[in-house]
Amino acid sequence: MGNRTVIPFGPQHPVLPEPIHLDLMLEDERVVEAIPRIGYIHRGLEKLVEKKDFQQYTYVAERICGICSFMHGMGYCMTIESIMDIKIPERAEFLRTIWAELSRMHSHLLWLGLSADAFGFESLHMHTWRLREQVLDIFEETTGGRVIFSVCEIGGVRKDISPETLDKIDRILTDMEKELKEITHVFLSDSSVKYRTKGIGVLSKQAAFDLGAVGPMAKASGIKRDLRTQGYAAYGKLKFEPIIETDGDSYARTSVRIKEVFQAVDLIKQAIAIIPEGGINVKVTGNPNGEYFTRVEQPRGSAMYYVKASGSKFLDRFRVRTPTFANVPALLETLKGCSLADVPILILTIDPCISCTER
Amino acid sequence: MNFIKKSPWILHYDGSSCNGCDIEVLASLTPLYDVERFGIINTGNPKHADILLITGSVNEQNIPVVKQLYEQMAEPKAVVAVGICATSGGIFAECYNVVGGVDKVLSVDVYVPGCAARPEAVIDGVVKALGILEQKQKRMRKRKYR
Repeated sequence: MGNRTVIPFGPQHPVLPEPIHLDLMLEDERVVEAIPRIGYIHRGLEKLVEKKDFQQYTYVAERICGICSFMHGMGYCMTIESIMDIKIPERAEFLRTIWAELSRMHSHLLWLGLSADAFGFESLHMHTWRLREQVLDIFEETTGGRVIFSVCEIGGVRKDISPETLDKIDRILTDMEKELKEITHVFLSDSSVKYRTKGIGVLSKQAAFDLGAVGPMAKASGIKRDLRTQGYAAYGKLKFEPIIETDGDSYARTSVRIKEVFQAVDLIKQAIAIIPEGGINVKVTGNPNGEYFTRVEQPRGSAMYYVKASGSKFLDRFRVRTPTFANVPALLETLKGCSLADVPILILTIDPCISCTER
Repeated sequence: MNFIKKSPWILHYDGSSCNGCDIEVLASLTPLYDVERFGIINTGNPKHADILLITGSVNEQNIPVVKQLYEQMAEPKAVVAVGICATSGGIFAECYNVVGGVDKVLSVDVYVPGCAARPEAVIDGVVKALGILEQKQKRMRKRKYR
C-alpha cells in the first residue's frame, strides 16, 4: 500500500467549463476516493418564484441551464399547463418536440466535442463543434436565439415554423446525417479513442440502479429508462425505441449518445412528416391553483419539476431535480479505482451540467 | 484597429452563469468563428493568460476563486465580463445567493452585453480588451523609465 495523497481537482480546471471541486484521494496513481464539493454556482433561483410571477418565471426556468434551456422551459410550462388544465394545440406539441430533439442533438454534439478535447483529440473536437453550428443555425432561423430561445410559453409556443422552413430543416438534417456518420465513426472505431474509453469507468447495472443513475449513464449500463416513452408533447405519436447498451463503460456511454443523435434526426423527420395544421397557442387566463409533478427526458437524463400554487400570481414552491444531480453518486462510484489520468474523461462522461445541479 | 499586434491568451472562469455564455465563449473558439487562427487560445493556466473572461455573477463562495485567479495573472491584464449576469446579475440579480456583477470584486475593463452573449459580441469584447491591454502596457513602460 502506497502513501495516500490528496489532489484537489477544480474549481478552475482546463477540462471543466464549469466549476466543481473534487478532492481526489490517491494511492500512488490510483484514485481511492473522490469527495465532491459543490456550491460555486448556486444562485437560489427556486426562491425567485416569490419575486417573479408565474408567467415571467418561464424565462428564469429557461435559464436554469443554457444547454438544455428549451427543455427546462418546456418542463416548467407543461407543469403549469397541467395545473391550470390547459390543452395546448397539437401543432404546438409537435413544434415543442422538434425543438426539444434539436436541443438533444446540439447537447450531445457539444458533449462529444468536449470529450474529444478531454482525451486530447483536438481536431475531432473542432469538427464536432463545426457540425453543432448547423443545429444552432436552425435554432437561429426558427427562434431567433442561438442558445436561449424564450420560444416556449404557457399555453403553447410563441413562434411558428413555416412549411418551407420545415422542408429546409429536413434537407439540412439529411445532409448532416452523412457528415455525422463520418465523425461518429471515429468515436466508435478509432483504436486510440477506444483505448481511452473501452473498459474505463465501468458502472454495473445493479450499481447504476442502486445509485439512481439517469439518462445515458443508466442506459449505457443496461437500464431501459427513457421518459419519452410516457408520450408527453408529441412523443406518443412518434415511433422510437429507447437506446440501450450493456457494457456500462465510457465507450458504451459515448455510443448511447451517438445513437441518440441519429434517433433525434429520425424523430424530427417523423415529426415534420406528420405535423398538423392549426394554431400554436391558447390564451391563458387566471392563476394556477394546485400542485403537480412533471418528468421530462433531457439529453442528460430525467429532469423533474414540481410546482405548488395557491391561486395567486406568485407560486408557493418550485422545485427542480436535474439529471446531473442524480448522476453525481454514480460518478463518484466510477472514479474509485481509476488512474489519475483518466479522471477528466470520467468526469465528462456523465455529461456534467453544474449550473443545473446547483441551480 | 486593422491588425492585432498581440495574440492574447484567455482564461475563462464561470462565475455562476447558466452555461449559455460559456458555450458561446467556447463557440467563438471553434470553426465557425475560429479566433484560434489569430492565435487566441483558451488556456487553463492563469499565469499564461492575458485576459480574464468571466461569465456569470459572483457569490460568496466564488469570490475568493475569482480574486485568486486574477492575482495569479501577470501584468498587463484585462478583465472582460461576458453576459448580463457578469455585468449586473441580470435575471438572477434578486436571488439570495447572488452578490452582483463581477465589478463588485474586480475592476472590469470591458462589459459584453447579451443573454446569452453572442460569439460576435464576445469577440468584439476581446478585441476591445486588446486595445486596453496595449494602453496598460504603455503606462507600465512609462513607469519603468521614469
